[in-house]
Amino acid sequence: MKKIIKYILLDIVRNKIVLAYTGILLAISFTVFGLEDNTQKGMLTLLNLVLFIVPLVCVIFSTIYIYNSSEFVELLLSQPIKRKSIWLSLYTGLAGALALSFLAGVGIPLLLYDRSATGITLLIMGMFLSIIFVAIAMLASVGTRDKARGIGLSIMLWLYFALVFDGIVLFLLFQFADYPIEKAMVGVSALNPVDLARIMVLLKMDVSALMGYTGAIFKDFFGTQQGILVSMVVMAIWATAPLLLSLRKFNRKDL
Amino acid sequence: MRPLTTILSLLLLLPGIAGYGKVLRTGRGEQFEKITQALLAAQPHDTIIVQAGTYKEGNIVITKPVSLLGKKYPVIDGEKKFENISVKADSVLIDGFRIINSGTSSIVDYAGVRICNRHFVTISNNILEDCFFGIYSQYGVNCTISGNKLAAHQVEEQQSGNGIHCWKSDSLKIIGNTVSGHRDGIYFEFVTNSVIWRNVSHHNMRYGLHFMFSNSDMYAANVFENNGAGVAVMFSNHVKMFHNYFRENWGDAAYGLLLKEISDSYIDGNCFDRNTSGIFLEGVSRVEMYRNLFKENGWGLKIQASCMEIVLKENNFVSNTFDVGTNGSLVLNTFTNNYWDKYEGYDLNRNKIGDVPYRPVSMYSIIVEKNPPAMILFRSLITSLMDRSEKVLPSLTPENLKDPNPLMKPVKL
Repeated sequence: MKKIIKYILLDIVRNKIVLAYTGILLAISFTVFGLEDNTQKGMLTLLNLVLFIVPLVCVIFSTIYIYNSSEFVELLLSQPIKRKSIWLSLYTGLAGALALSFLAGVGIPLLLYDRSATGITLLIMGMFLSIIFVAIAMLASVGTRDKARGIGLSIMLWLYFALVFDGIVLFLLFQFADYPIEKAMVGVSALNPVDLARIMVLLKMDVSALMGYTGAIFKDFFGTQQGILVSMVVMAIWATAPLLLSLRKFNRKDL
Repeated sequence: MRPLTTILSLLLLLPGIAGYGKVLRTGRGEQFEKITQALLAAQPHDTIIVQAGTYKEGNIVITKPVSLLGKKYPVIDGEKKFENISVKADSVLIDGFRIINSGTSSIVDYAGVRICNRHFVTISNNILEDCFFGIYSQYGVNCTISGNKLAAHQVEEQQSGNGIHCWKSDSLKIIGNTVSGHRDGIYFEFVTNSVIWRNVSHHNMRYGLHFMFSNSDMYAANVFENNGAGVAVMFSNHVKMFHNYFRENWGDAAYGLLLKEISDSYIDGNCFDRNTSGIFLEGVSRVEMYRNLFKENGWGLKIQASCMEIVLKENNFVSNTFDVGTNGSLVLNTFTNNYWDKYEGYDLNRNKIGDVPYRPVSMYSIIVEKNPPAMILFRSLITSLMDRSEKVLPSLTPENLKDPNPLMKPVKL
């Protein structure tokens, strides 16, 4: 298994697209901090980067990579290797490489310019999102042999998490405006890793506004040690649950 | 010739005779054991010097114009039963005491020091600890309260009085005091022509400064930090608020500065830093706000539609979550020449003023105003898309709330 991970990791790290991704992240982060005299505005741009671009790149790149390496996977399957270890090493390789390039691309400028709690939270959440969206890509691509459909599905999933889910939440907020739904909202936010990541950063970035009455409920939950722990566990579940589902499917798949 | 010399020499001698009273020493092994004994023996304009020690004498009532000077902070203990000192004479000076444990009651307002209906009283450089009310001025005129440190440690609002409580007074000078842990740090009701200068009011249960029906006053260079509900200035006119710091007043009902029914006032050169709302204005009219700094607040300014003729000029808005929030579409106020760090316009003719107006009310701030839990979606893609489309075609945000001349660079303060 180690050998396969090493092989995949090296293959991805040398991949031109991943190199370009790292380069672009680096360039954007450095420009953002270089141009803005106000680091908070820079952080805002980075937040948008982490919440939307990083998941998009992760999910699409992973899907394409899995389809492209289907022959390699078939070759490995003809060897006496467990299916589980092949699939898990594929995941480990992808997640490791993409998290690493995120760490290099955003982490270095962030640590150079803004080592605040907001920055560190942003970095951790970005890493989590990278890993989570690789897992989601694995799930999207295991279902169908058709590459176009697989990529389409993963883009749809990204769109759902980045945009549609929030639209539904906003709709519900207005439908149930007369009810005390603040506590339920805390639970709802756990259903979307992008939202959870955003709230964790928001708690550091917009603490003054969040200290309002309803905001205080979010702060009371997410701001405490316990809340941070729970959020981390939820993020970890998001990183593993799609993977385990896809593993189940892959094990039973007729190749 | 001779009468003239006599008059002159008499004039020279006069201060020696009339200007100096006696000095009465109080303390263990001194002329008087107790402060009350010294007060009984004192003539008007005498000085009583109190040595270090603890004095438990119930309620000390001062009925003569004397100076009470404490050496090394002698303790006047109210034993949680009495009002420590009641001043019932003009021109009294109380300086350098440690006044602790005044009585607590829900019927009588016990205070550490009370000024009853008097002129020219000075309360300076005292330390007041765990008093119900700290320094209480009722009908005080021309009194000075300076350099005192007041601290209380109650938990319930009902069990605590105000730090410096002024009621129906005039021409007071409140200078350089530090108040913490009281209900309201400094409380003004029906106080006129007074000045509050260089005080620090922090960690009080309700307001750092509470201001009601008090006209023609000024407060300048004070620090109000981390109070339960910030600072409230209500039902007053001709108030001048200069160069104060309002910091870290957090909570839904907490405001850096709450203005309600204020008119003809000035708010200049203040700093609002990390408050849930920097300033909340309701029913305010004819107020000029120049050169203030709004930094890292949830809302820089919450301006209700009931306000009119407010002028905001040359203020800096930096790193606020929302710059301005409002509750209606009617705008009768003027925003001009402010610096907004969220401004995205351009300056083609290089006159340092942006060429397109800035609209400080974002659509999302209106949504949050109507539906507070929506804050959970703040900074998500859908909300930024909505904000963008609103900027192109304003529908929810008030059309007239805009700064036609936004500055490209912050005002130097």
